Amino acid sequence: MTRVSEHLNHALHDLMETDPDVHLLGEDVSDPYGGAFKVTRGLSTRFGDRVRSTPLSEGAIAGVGAGLALAGRKAIVEIMFADFVALAFDQIVNFAAKSTAMYGRPVPIPLVVRCPSGGNRGYGPTHSQSPQKHFIGVPGLSLFEMTPFHNAGELFARMFALGRPCLFFEDKVLYTRRMYEGGVVDDLFRYEVAGDVARVRLDGVAEPDCAIVVHGGMVHRALDAMRLLLLEDDIACELLVPARLHPLPELPGLERARHVCVVEDGSEGGTWGAEVARVLHPRLWSSLRRPITLLSAADSVIPAAPHLEREVLVQPARIRDAIVEALS
Amino acid sequence: MTVTVPAPTGTTPSGARRTPPPPEPEDLELLLLIRHFELTLLRLFEAGELSGTTHTCLGQEYIPVALSRLLGDDDFVLSNHRGHGHFLARHAEPYGLLAEIMGREGALCAGVGGSQHVYHRRFLSTGVQGESLPVATGVALALKGTGALACAYIGDGTWGEGAVYEALNMAQLWRVPLLVVVEHNGIAQSTPTAAQMSGRVAARAAAFDVLHHRVTSLEVGEIRTELAPLVAMVRQDSRPLVVEFATHRVGPHSKGDDTRAPEEIALAAAHDWYDRYARLFPEPFARIDRERRELVERIAAEVTARPPSAWERP
Repeated sequence: MTRVSEHLNHALHDLMETDPDVHLLGEDVSDPYGGAFKVTRGLSTRFGDRVRSTPLSEGAIAGVGAGLALAGRKAIVEIMFADFVALAFDQIVNFAAKSTAMYGRPVPIPLVVRCPSGGNRGYGPTHSQSPQKHFIGVPGLSLFEMTPFHNAGELFARMFALGRPCLFFEDKVLYTRRMYEGGVVDDLFRYEVAGDVARVRLDGVAEPDCAIVVHGGMVHRALDAMRLLLLEDDIACELLVPARLHPLPELPGLERARHVCVVEDGSEGGTWGAEVARVLHPRLWSSLRRPITLLSAADSVIPAAPHLEREVLVQPARIRDAIVEALS
Repeated sequence: MTVTVPAPTGTTPSGARRTPPPPEPEDLELLLLIRHFELTLLRLFEAGELSGTTHTCLGQEYIPVALSRLLGDDDFVLSNHRGHGHFLARHAEPYGLLAEIMGREGALCAGVGGSQHVYHRRFLSTGVQGESLPVATGVALALKGTGALACAYIGDGTWGEGAVYEALNMAQLWRVPLLVVVEHNGIAQSTPTAAQMSGRVAARAAAFDVLHHRVTSLEVGEIRTELAPLVAMVRQDSRPLVVEFATHRVGPHSKGDDTRAPEEIALAAAHDWYDRYARLFPEPFARIDRERRELVERIAAEVTARPPSAWERP
């Protein structure tokens, strides 16, 4: 069994081993600390000054990463908590993303900004957000998110191959969960990964009652809801988990589902889910029987106390209730 | 810390202690090319031939001209909103630059970047203040140990941006070959430095243990002599250096937006190398001045007649 944090760590080791152009920067990423979530453990010991613990300067760290990329290297920048990526907004949006196009020809900026995101850990309002939505629709910028299905090494290779800056979200609740292997989720569900999208299905169900689309950090809560829906409500769901959040890849199989529901942990308003629905509505218009259900976290700051935080973020019961209601 | 080098013995415009040696013909040609390029832009604006905005470097041309011979092909130059002089002193491609500004065929960046966003042969300008210094630090980190450096032009107003301090801190911590050129012209758009900066650039550099050197000379040759050992130190020792030029913006911030009092404008004009050289070296000056003016007129006529630039949008 491999935990997601270990899997990411191995992927970074392999990447830096095979590609001497890759540099990694971030706060407290060096050994013996190895990053706030231990994802960079061992890298500084092995790769020396290609790995740098930085001052608390998210904006400049992102800018330095872009400068390395501009000069022909590849850079991975770790933002300790995704909330802090707001401090790097200018460098990411106005420099790294724009520079790929604003000089009239494609300028490669191979830069991956890793953002540990999400709540349900009691870290409170400034250490728990899922800020993906703030970066959707920035020309030249792609958004990816770690999932327990996707090979992280392949995702890093894919992001660098784009030659454009990417934000890579890693939901913190995933770090201690295991990577799924061998196409098996549990006794009920099987999965397959095709390109950017992981698809989780019940054996033998070709036309599910509902297709649920989520980002990586929502996977386990969605699976919990799917299990309840099946066993308690006799509703069969399948799950689609795109590792690329924007631009959205082709999501397979939706025409065969009776309903579509998009679930995310970003706060309500201007959401990733709304963007997913915008892409899907024209495609599915003739087969949709009702509007796509959009579930997001509340229009609220994220409280620290666990009982309050649970109320704000999306939980399995809410997913279940929303799907039952939509299909009733 | 401040580097101690012998004080320039030459000129201050007000003092004019002695007549400086005449500038080399190549330098005078470049100075006058940039001057007439900028004046032509203002003229084209008035004639309605240019769109958007532009920021000319009138009075400050000598800074990139002085630095031009201290930089090598492998160095990387990062520039800002006021970057036409920086570019022309780096690459003698006025046709391409004007085509970029005018959105014409042959533009350096297909007309997408315009006046403030040019990327061409290790020269990159961008329009957000302070943004370039972290990028320059990253470029310098990549160049470290190769003998090449990253040179970033900023103004006195740029020191209001936090990115400057984040970058200086890292540049010194990591000992990267970064040359920060500060064109301190005493005014940020319309706001005098005294109204927007507490303390001094030298003290801010000192706070990070970054070498600082202030240049008051307006003479290209003198500045080169003064800076050559310092720039060599940036390369050899791999360390950042802030070179602060006490300079004057003779023209407006962009076009026709100069709200300074007449006496302030007159003071800036009194420091202009153009009038001084015209007076001191009338013979080569008048000829080269005419030649460059006519050259830029030809460039403007030719580029204006070109078809619009084409861009293949990604």
